[in-house]
Amino acid sequence: MDLICATPRGLYCPPGDFYIDPWRPVDFAVITHGHSDHARPGSARYLCTQQSLPILEKRLGSISAQTLNYGETVERNGVRVSLHPAGHVLGSAQARVEYRGEVWVASGDYKLEDDGVSAPFEPVRCDVFITESTFALPIYRWRAQQALADEINQWRRENSAQGRASVVYAYALGKAQRILRHLDASDGPIVCHGAIEPLNAIHRALGASLPATIALDELDKRHATRAIFIAPPSALGSRALTRLGAYSDAFASGWMQVRGDRRRRGVDRGFVMSDHVDWPGALAAIAATGAQRVLVTHGFTHTLARYLREQGLEADEIAGYEARDNDLETDET
Amino acid sequence: MKEFAELYRALDAATATKRKLAAMESYFAAAIGDETRRADAAWTAYFLSGGKPRQIAPAKALRALVLAQTGLPEWLFDQCRQRTGDLAETLSLLLPPAQGEEELPLHRWMSERLLPLRGKSDDEKIAALSQWLSRLPDDERFVLFKIITGSLRVGVSKSQATQALAQASGVDPQQMAMRMMGFAQSERAPQARDFERLTAQEPQEASAGAQPYPFYLAHSLQAPLNEIAQQLGDPRDWQIEWKFDGIRAQYVQRNGKAALWSRGEELITESWPEFAHLQRWLPDGTVIDGELVVTDGADVSGDDLSGLQPFSVLQRRLGRKQITPKILREWPAALIAYDLLESEGRDLRQMPQHERRAALERLIGATRARAHDFGDRALLRLSPLVQADDWAALDALRGRAREFFAEGFMLKSRNGIYGAGRRKAADGASVWHKWKLDPYSVDAVLVYAQRGHGRRSGVFSDYTFAVWDRPAGQKDRTLVPFAKAYSGLTDAEMREVDRIIRATTRETFGPVRQVAPAMVFELGFEGIGPSQRHKSGVAVRFPRMLRWRKDKPVEEADTIEVLQALIAS
Ligand SMILES: [Zn+2]
Repeated sequence: MDLICATPRGLYCPPGDFYIDPWRPVDFAVITHGHSDHARPGSARYLCTQQSLPILEKRLGSISAQTLNYGETVERNGVRVSLHPAGHVLGSAQARVEYRGEVWVASGDYKLEDDGVSAPFEPVRCDVFITESTFALPIYRWRAQQALADEINQWRRENSAQGRASVVYAYALGKAQRILRHLDASDGPIVCHGAIEPLNAIHRALGASLPATIALDELDKRHATRAIFIAPPSALGSRALTRLGAYSDAFASGWMQVRGDRRRRGVDRGFVMSDHVDWPGALAAIAATGAQRVLVTHGFTHTLARYLREQGLEADEIAGYEARDNDLETDET
Repeated sequence: MKEFAELYRALDAATATKRKLAAMESYFAAAIGDETRRADAAWTAYFLSGGKPRQIAPAKALRALVLAQTGLPEWLFDQCRQRTGDLAETLSLLLPPAQGEEELPLHRWMSERLLPLRGKSDDEKIAALSQWLSRLPDDERFVLFKIITGSLRVGVSKSQATQALAQASGVDPQQMAMRMMGFAQSERAPQARDFERLTAQEPQEASAGAQPYPFYLAHSLQAPLNEIAQQLGDPRDWQIEWKFDGIRAQYVQRNGKAALWSRGEELITESWPEFAHLQRWLPDGTVIDGELVVTDGADVSGDDLSGLQPFSVLQRRLGRKQITPKILREWPAALIAYDLLESEGRDLRQMPQHERRAALERLIGATRARAHDFGDRALLRLSPLVQADDWAALDALRGRAREFFAEGFMLKSRNGIYGAGRRKAADGASVWHKWKLDPYSVDAVLVYAQRGHGRRSGVFSDYTFAVWDRPAGQKDRTLVPFAKAYSGLTDAEMREVDRIIRATTRETFGPVRQVAPAMVFELGFEGIGPSQRHKSGVAVRFPRMLRWRKDKPVEEADTIEVLQALIAS
């Protein structure tokens, strides 16, 4: 029998009797990271990394949780569980599950490049690797993060020169902080939306170095054209933006790689920035695990599984996770 | 190439016209004073005004190139292509990163590399392109592949490009519009000196060569009758004609040469060789604005409209590559003259409409006998004038438009000049109006869906619609597809339809999904005719979605009989 299998409540480990990122309330939930489609409310007990806990508490309220350091192991019904860096967002982890000498790793969401905010991805040797596939198509290949940072800063300066503020829509947990890290405070005020600032605070408390930020109502309108405003996508077109006067807006997402998606967002600019692994990264990560069997979740499941099979691996899709394919309504989390 | 790629990106990203104009203007202004960039700018002006060089390498060669360089299986390439909805974009995203960068100006890419590739074998093309592409900076790839695949399109209109060129050079916009005529004529390799001529300060003789004038276009009139009456005043102040459903064209005859231009500014002389005959009896220095139509060969003259054929017949002739004597016999053409723009080499466009009309009638009258002698008097006809005392009477007459396969009326201010593009009069009033018939419409069922391209890629936005083959209540009714449409919905509606399609897909055939018949739309179209190519037996023109009839159950959608009745009417 499989050590981890797909059930209507999510990934389940029968001998350990626990779920990984369950969709519905369960007795014992191992949580890979704090994004809302992975960390859901209502479970009796949670297991997560120490850095994830403040994020989970912020999102789920008061929960009964046990935390682990990266690499630390707990045992549950003879099953050894440990969490390892996934490089996705602050506190994100891959779940390593070992039972009677067999090792499975569920990646959660992950990426390979060190973003300076989350602990960098570490490949974990295993027999079976459960990988995400949000961007598992060869057209998704990320540029080096420094090139991206330069692009954002240059755009911001051009906007200032033309008398416009800059607005970047980015997810509140992860991407917003990555962008912040690359901004130059000497270019002008850095303004964060109310949904982002509490997450900045968690990052700062855990030792991340982020530049000083202010709230929108603290912005002196005379400096608006030099300001950059980081907001969640839900702020697109909201009335609060009028405080900025004239502005140019941009969306930061891996989906911005494709022109049609960029245009559909209706913003002036798309920055290709993702906290998910790209195509070459996914292949490299899978190879590094040494796994002979790969199960594919979240995204282009069918494509990646078929490709891996043609490369000689045993690979399958996990049912129920294919919905993200092309579904741009789904937030990239 | 760098500057052009940057401009292309800026135009592609900008949503506001003002920003597009600013980007083009600064590009052209920088080019005027720099010789290398002038040569590039000639190509840029060509592309921006709609010029499209024929495909330089076929899709299959480019695909083979990328497959060889990436080692990807074909099915995966196809999935990528489906995801982006665009071949050039797929190629540029899949190609491995460049190794070292080489900057080559756009005009050298065109003249030294790409154009000479034509006529080479696919293998030679692949070899040459692989080598060049390996040093092409990543952000120049997309636009280059667009050129190579013959699909470069920029989201600016020709008149916007013209406006930007006028701004950058200080040349009068009207003058610029004139200089731009024919600039994008296909198969033309623009040179630095072409750009210098475009932007030169000294006035140029406009009517040299066989250049047409910029076409004057009408504004659409859509208002209740009483408002129209109020807006336009006395109908006798308007020259009223049928708006024929053919190809708007200019016949230009100068220095013993005749040329026919379509409104898209394509030179179409070769597809319509019969019009070369006109120069046997029309005087040199003549430019006529008219509508190209196909007739049944009736030997009539003047404003007699006998024998006009519907657009579907004209389309059949357009579909033929070779114009054989048989085609000329079977589908003879005529030009219905609307206006006289040049007479005896003199530009008449500033004359009032009624004077130009009188001159046109004189010209056709004076040449009638000679035309008859040559046996081709039916080739050039006169657009008849429609008269009525009031707007209500005109409205009633308008209903007869379909008898002449016309789309409605053209209303031209009797005292108006012949402008350029959609330009309005100095007081802001429109000089020309089109007053079209209401489109036909039926309620049809969405049965197939396909992902869109470009802005709509990834969303199911292209639909096939069907009507019932039998009236309600009869057994074994089936839905017969008859039209495809992809416009008319708001983005929000499209997203909603997209979700329903995903949820109700019955079967997938490549990019096409068959969905459970559940959604009814009111489909509008501007013309309908019988067709053997369509299973339904009918073909409609310009179909678009007018309304999503959420209130209507599928059973109440229209039947094929309704369509057949429309043909008969
Ligand atoms: Zn996530």
